[in-house]
Amino acid sequence: MTRHGLASTERRDPIGYAVTALNRLAQSDLLDRLGVRKQTEQAVYTATRSGFRAITAGGRTFSRAGRAAEPGTRPSPARTSGVFDLTPTEDEQMLVDVVTELADEVLRPAAAEADETCAVPEAVQKAALEVGLPILGVPESLGGIAEERSAMAGTLVAEALARGDMGLAVGLLAPGSVATALGLWGTDAQQQTYLPAFTGDDVAAAAVALAEPRVLFDVLSPATTAERTADGFRLNGVKSGVPRGDAAELFVVGAQLEGRPVLFLVESGAAGLSVVADPSMGVRAAGLARLELTDVTVPADAVLGSTDGTTYTECVRLARLAWCALAVGTGQAVLDYVTPYVKEREAFGEPIAHRQSVAFMVADMAIELQAMRLLTWKAASRAAAGKDFAREVALARNVCAEKGMRIGLDGVQLLGGHGFVKEHPVERWYRDLRAIGLMEGAVLV
Amino acid sequence: MAIYLDDPKKFKALVGQAHQLAMNALRPISRTYDKAEHAYPKELDMLAAMIDGVSESGASQGAGAAGVKRDEGADDDGSVKNGTNLASVMSIAEMCWGDVGLLLSMPRQGLGNSAIASVADAEQQERFAGSWAAMAITEPGTGSDSANIKTTAVLDSDEYVINGEKIFVTSGERADAVVVWATLDRSLGRAAIKSFVVPKGTPGMTVERLEHKLGIKASDTATIIFDNCRVPAENLLGSPEVDTKQGFAGAMATFDNTRPLVAAMAVGCARAALDLTRELLEQAGVEVDYDRPALTQSAAAAKFLQMEADWEAAHLLMLQAAWLADNRKPNSLEASMAKAKAGRVGSDITLSCVELAGTLGYAEGELLEKWARDSKILDIFEGTQQVQQLIVARRVLGLSSAELR
Repeated sequence: MTRHGLASTERRDPIGYAVTALNRLAQSDLLDRLGVRKQTEQAVYTATRSGFRAITAGGRTFSRAGRAAEPGTRPSPARTSGVFDLTPTEDEQMLVDVVTELADEVLRPAAAEADETCAVPEAVQKAALEVGLPILGVPESLGGIAEERSAMAGTLVAEALARGDMGLAVGLLAPGSVATALGLWGTDAQQQTYLPAFTGDDVAAAAVALAEPRVLFDVLSPATTAERTADGFRLNGVKSGVPRGDAAELFVVGAQLEGRPVLFLVESGAAGLSVVADPSMGVRAAGLARLELTDVTVPADAVLGSTDGTTYTECVRLARLAWCALAVGTGQAVLDYVTPYVKEREAFGEPIAHRQSVAFMVADMAIELQAMRLLTWKAASRAAAGKDFAREVALARNVCAEKGMRIGLDGVQLLGGHGFVKEHPVERWYRDLRAIGLMEGAVLV
Repeated sequence: MAIYLDDPKKFKALVGQAHQLAMNALRPISRTYDKAEHAYPKELDMLAAMIDGVSESGASQGAGAAGVKRDEGADDDGSVKNGTNLASVMSIAEMCWGDVGLLLSMPRQGLGNSAIASVADAEQQERFAGSWAAMAITEPGTGSDSANIKTTAVLDSDEYVINGEKIFVTSGERADAVVVWATLDRSLGRAAIKSFVVPKGTPGMTVERLEHKLGIKASDTATIIFDNCRVPAENLLGSPEVDTKQGFAGAMATFDNTRPLVAAMAVGCARAALDLTRELLEQAGVEVDYDRPALTQSAAAAKFLQMEADWEAAHLLMLQAAWLADNRKPNSLEASMAKAKAGRVGSDITLSCVELAGTLGYAEGELLEKWARDSKILDIFEGTQQVQQLIVARRVLGLSSAELR
């Protein structure tokens, strides 16, 4: 039963009952069979994938390899000179240039339709694969391209991608996020077993599932539980905000084990796992889904990282960092779009940009956007250097959530009625930017 | 080259010294001179001598009011520089963590010194070295529209004759000299505006009165009358040519350098309020958790997180503007961004900290109420919030001052 947005204190009075009866009649097929009502088009979402509910994708068989007791190969921390600097390394700049081209030429043109269909088109996935997105955070020795800890590069890439489209960016970054997690915390066996699925041509869809559909959700206290069994763990609960849930073959699931949050690797073939489409306000191209776990059993070596909560917390922080970067990218898209618009659009005989009330909104956008970027970069550079970045990422997230949303809001406002219609992308960016500050997990850098 | 936005390692010792100075020399007299408006903070003479000493030894890394300049002559080896601009904003923020009014009263650290450093030629730099210079731009009828000033300077053989009235001159009575903005020819518009160094005691220059203010009471704010005041022609800073193509750019270049300093003042003052409020909240049982969502913490903790995030934003924008100057890149846009953000954040933080602390914060027993008064001017002088937004908007939108007025 859906509540239709009503609080439970709402009560029907006699008029309410009469209206309900009329409404039922209006919805009945009878009217249509009698030909008294014009046929309406079928709502778009019933024709698209946003209505799926399925057992998770069967997926590939991950053949076990490596030594379970051995720690995996780790990327080394980035070196720092202690010199305040806003210049990316040459490698990072090259990467940003390539990804910017991908965002401009592939993501942006595909964004509107992907938003409708709630999926990343295959051609877009292919183009992203060519750029090497899935293996960005994987150490060279494990088949990836990272020479050292890649949080900074990942941040710049997420920013550049989201300038094209946030929903597609999330869908494209999700598999690489799991690969990065395996590089950071996986045992030798976990790395040998799963990473080959990300370094080849046929990259597995995968996602980090940390969020849960609950009011005032605190990611550090998930309601999803893990209990120890004789030969592993049993997981129960519901995760949400999971990108490409229908296609994913591997999940990193957050669950409470003995009072502490822990990450588990869960293959999509596991019994008791089902995925339900959860189309949301925005970030729709990512194909957001809920993951339902009912007595899902995983082996003892399914724990990713430590069981004391530290790996989980680091994962939460790195995911928040990724969402900050996404906010910066989409915020930049808004600023880039409204700038020429307000200079061309005329009212009262001159461009609206000539009015301070309009121009100052643009100025504030530019100021807060740059602040968002600097806070995000600072957190990222500390993460890459292996320093504590709890404070920095918290502050970045605070500003990106609030000011990012403000940028989305003002973006629509500056276009007026034109901003409200889908002819322009600003309404999509408005919906996407609402995700910042409430999304947990899904992607990380 | 690699992105790194922590405070530069190079200035750790310098900032540590400034912090000790602010804590042990400024804070103890902070309330005293807030109460005794217009009394000269005599303790500062000793302090200024000490700063000069440190400066001469090279240990200050060129920080201070005169540190805001572009080192065009230095070798460019292509490496990334953390230089005097960064050292200056960082040490000034630290001193203003101590007390903004006292920092503004620090001998030889006036905004006029920044102006001299920004636009004077080598000979003038030398001649005015060691002089404490105040800055006189605003007039009774002209504030933000500084291109509209009415004070005139007329060349009479080898002297300029200055006539006009200047208000809001920080340290106007105490400084050794005043840098005055005056026009050579009002009909030529902003290009004709030049700055002149007028030494204290020059006949025709009189300090008419000192203002009573909302905050920064330790700093004196003077009204100065120029009545046929004569200065040597070589006291005109920079070039006497009226270059209508270059327009206002010469005089305005000063602002690119001083705005990050004012941002630094706001950043320092706001951090004083944050540091104390964090401890007061902790004593009241409110711990700020960086990992838990703000909405699941107390409203006070959530507010604190928002303030600290805004503070960090202002701090980083300030460092960015200074870093660009150190690396000889244009920073006019970024300087205005830093001042706009720091100015408004400084007010929000200091006022909110008073609110969080209730009557404890409102009363004079703590310095919170004082910081909430001191911070207001930082969103006004060296260009108001609205002027900064105008500059940012023009740059971002690519509009001229005729198009976006």
